[in-house]
Order: sequence, then structure tokens, then C-alpha cells
Amino acid sequence: MSRKLIEFRDVSFRYGEEQPWVLRNCSFEIYEGEWVAIIGHNGSGKSTIAKLINGLLFPQKGEILIDGQQVNEETIWDIRKEVGMVFQNPDNQFVGTTVQDDVAFGMENRGTPREEMVTRIEETLSAVGMEDYRFTEPHRLSGGQKQRVAIASVLAISPKVLILDEATAMLDPKGRTEIMRTVSNVQNKEDLSLITITHDLQEVVQADRVIVMNKGEIWDRATPREIFSKKDSLREIGLDVPFVAILADELKETGINLTKEPLNHEELLEDLWILHSQT
Amino acid sequence: MNNSLIIGQYVPGNSLIHRLDPRTKITVIFFFVFIVFFANNVVSYSILTLFAIACIVTSRVPIRFIAKGLTPVWFLIIFTFILHLIVTKEGTVLLEILGFKIYSGGVIQGFAISMRFFLLILVTSLLTLTTTPIEITDAIEEMLHPLKKLKFPVHELALMMSISLRFIPTLMQETEKISKAQASRGVDFKTGPIKERIKAIVPLLIPLFISAFKRAEELAMAMEARGYQGGEGRTKLRELKIEKRDMLIFVLFVFVIAGLFYFRSW
Repeated sequence: MSRKLIEFRDVSFRYGEEQPWVLRNCSFEIYEGEWVAIIGHNGSGKSTIAKLINGLLFPQKGEILIDGQQVNEETIWDIRKEVGMVFQNPDNQFVGTTVQDDVAFGMENRGTPREEMVTRIEETLSAVGMEDYRFTEPHRLSGGQKQRVAIASVLAISPKVLILDEATAMLDPKGRTEIMRTVSNVQNKEDLSLITITHDLQEVVQADRVIVMNKGEIWDRATPREIFSKKDSLREIGLDVPFVAILADELKETGINLTKEPLNHEELLEDLWILHSQT
Repeated sequence: MNNSLIIGQYVPGNSLIHRLDPRTKITVIFFFVFIVFFANNVVSYSILTLFAIACIVTSRVPIRFIAKGLTPVWFLIIFTFILHLIVTKEGTVLLEILGFKIYSGGVIQGFAISMRFFLLILVTSLLTLTTTPIEITDAIEEMLHPLKKLKFPVHELALMMSISLRFIPTLMQETEKISKAQASRGVDFKTGPIKERIKAIVPLLIPLFISAFKRAEELAMAMEARGYQGGEGRTKLRELKIEKRDMLIFVLFVFVIAGLFYFRSW
């Protein structure tokens, strides 16, 4: 296994002295080049994890190491070079007056020379398929396009980790698939760890590993396929089970033996065809 | 809907005037506004008018856009003309209407003052017609740069201006959405006495303010996550450069000033 990039050691967090704990004794690691999905219902503490990694919040107990460096007041500016974040609302993270100004914003903050900025803007915008929109103003873009620009502006600073904090939650289905496709493209091309935070089980399918959060604690960690087979307990902690998983379950109940837990329609269909050709 | 979202009155183009450095434009216009008040005879006014017309012609901005910019001030221009016509009592009496004597001095004075007004508006509106708001912001940031030594937050001011510019269309779209949502709940924005209509704005403003504050908070967080820590050590993508054409305009403008002071009557 490759290098540890992010490490949580017994991290607990609450917003105030009197407030309940939002996170309790969480420990996990994320490795270089890995795609980890963190899933949980509202208030399970999943977004807090993202803000802790980026140093937007600090834990009361435990410690967080990013690439061997502890997250604290002194190191946050270095850490923010390594960790890029895309938030939920497409509008409220668009700083520039045009697409290229927005992509440049992060680089300007870091004092990147102008010539380098220009080439990076071109590279990252074509990586997310937005190269034709360089001079477009944000109000002329769709939500999905804005999120792609947000991804480009994070990529521009070449981070080691990209965190998508419910980045698809406010998009329509088309925008959602756009983003998921962009993300997996980018992850294939660049040597990047990816953390997607979501409450939609459908979005964990492509991940290498899944961390399931419930009430501030890590409830489970497994591969997407293992998670999909635990439908009943997922429902108990308030997650919606995708249609394919329910269908697979009912097929099994009627006596059709599938070879594996299907993750999407194609897999289920393939399984059924195999079954069909055998009988 | 998209038409109403264009901020300011910028008319896209690629003319010499469009491509000038915004600092050049602001400086020239600043001094133009100044020297307009030194014109006092036919030749000096003609020089200024010629300069203004030359600028408009090279900018290739359609006349109707310029006329649109002038509409709100026509009244003022005509009003000053009439005022001077009535008040000034110099020269010979030209005609007498209802006991009012119109003097030749009044006509000249009125014409001169309204001409000043006209030229001022013409040239300043040419700035906003050929320069994007963000260019103006950049120019202001650069020009205020010396004030940094006095601890004046120049960079912060410019950033605030550019973020406001970026959010104007977003907030306008949101206003439209909220007003539709409230209208569907029975709020009447369009009819009724003024008092009622002003009252109807309250359910529009409150959600708008709440969401604006929420936006501000999230934006601040997103900016911090992207490494924003103030103006120190920041580089800039948009760069302003003084080119040959800017020098040319400056030289030309110096000639205009020299000509004006040579020909004006002392």
C-alpha cells in the first residue's frame, strides 16, 4: 500500500463547550491516490470531517496529520496548499467575475507568477471540459458548470487531496453525472487522493473504500460492494438504498441467484444475462 | 432576462478607446473635467468638442447608446440653459416675452454652461461605455496604490468591489425568484396604494438579506479554504500595462490642453 496522506487519531469535535459532540473518537487513514467516499445522513458529522482536514475547524481531542504534518494554526496555510475543497453551493464559492478569474484566485493567493497562472488555467479548464468558457461570467453558467469550474480552480493549485463536500447535492441529475464523470477523469489522470462526502449511496459506487458515518461515529468501513449488501442496516441509519440494490434483493428472494452484489444497472443486467444463458 | 443583467452600460468592442489602459482613460477624463471649466470662447469650446467627438468616433460606440446615457441629464442641461437665459442681464436685449427681457449675454452664457455639462456627461459616459466595471476596479486599485503607505486598505477595497460586481447578477436573479415565490403566496407587488406596495417589499427584502448573509459566510469559508489571507504576497492575473497607444493619447491630450490655454481669452 502507498503512503499515508491523511490520518485521524482519536479525533473528537464539538462546536462549543455546552454543545453535543459532533464527532467522537474517529480514527481512520487515507492513502495516496485513493478514492474514499464518506457517507452518512444529515448531522452524522461527515462535513465536519472535511472542515477538520482543511483546518477550517480544529478538533478538541485527538490529532489530524496531513502528509505527516499536524493540522494547527501554524500549518493551515501549508496544508491548504495540499488539500483542495469543493463545497455544496455552486454560487457561494465562485469568487471571480469570470471563469478564468475564479480559477486564478487560489493561485493569486499563493503568489504564483502570472505566466504560470495562464498555462495552469488552460490546463485545468480543459481537464474539466470548460475550456470554451474562459471569459464567461458566473451567472451565465449552469450549476454543474460552476462546480466544474470550482474543481478546476482547486486543481490549479495542484493539491494532493481533493475533497468534494456534497458538491453534487444542489445539482440536477445531469449536472450530477457531469461532475462524477469529471471527477473520475481527473483522478485517473492526476495523482490525486479523492474524498467525496455525500448522502447518496449511488455516488459511492466508483470509490475504492467507503466510510459510513452515523451520529458522529464511524459506523462501518468497507468496499462499495460490501456496503450495498447491508441494505437493512443502512436503512436503519437513515440512508436511501439505491433501486438496483433493492431490485437485486427482491430477485434473490424469488430464488434468482446473482453471482455478486450489483453496483449499477449494467452489472445487474450482465448478471441476469449470464444466468439466462446458463439455464 | 439576461439583458437586464448587464451591469453598467459597457458596450463590448475592440476599438482603440476600448483597448486603452483604464488608468489612461480615468486620468484623461479627470483632467478633461477640470479643463472644461477653463473654456471661455468659441475656439476653446470647439477644441474640447472636437476632442470629445474624436473620442466617440474612434470608440465606435453606436450613437444610440451614447444618447441613452444622456437621457437622464437632458433635463438638467436644458434647465441650466433657461436659468442663465433668465438670470443673466448683460449685452443687448434680444427680445421681450411677457415682461422678461432676454439678453444676448444670457444666450451666450446659457449656451456655454450647458455645453460644459454636455461635454462632461459625454466624456464620462464614454468611460463606462468602453470600460468594464472590473477594469475600472483594477485601475482604481492601481491608482490608489500609494495610499497603502498610509495603511489605507486598497486591496481589500478593490476585492470588495469586484465581489460586489460578481454578486450583483446573482442577487438580482435571487430577487426575481423570491418575488415570484412571494407572489405565488399572494403578495401583491404591482397594484394598490403606494403604502401597501412599500409594505409588500418587506417579505421580499427579508429573505434576500438572510440569504445574502448566508452567502457571505459561505463565500468567506470558501475563500479561506482556497488560501486567501489578505493582499500580502498576492500576484494578479489581470495585469494593467501602459502601451504606446496610451502614451499617444497622453501626448494628444497635452496638445489639447495647450491649445485650450492658448486660445482661451484671458
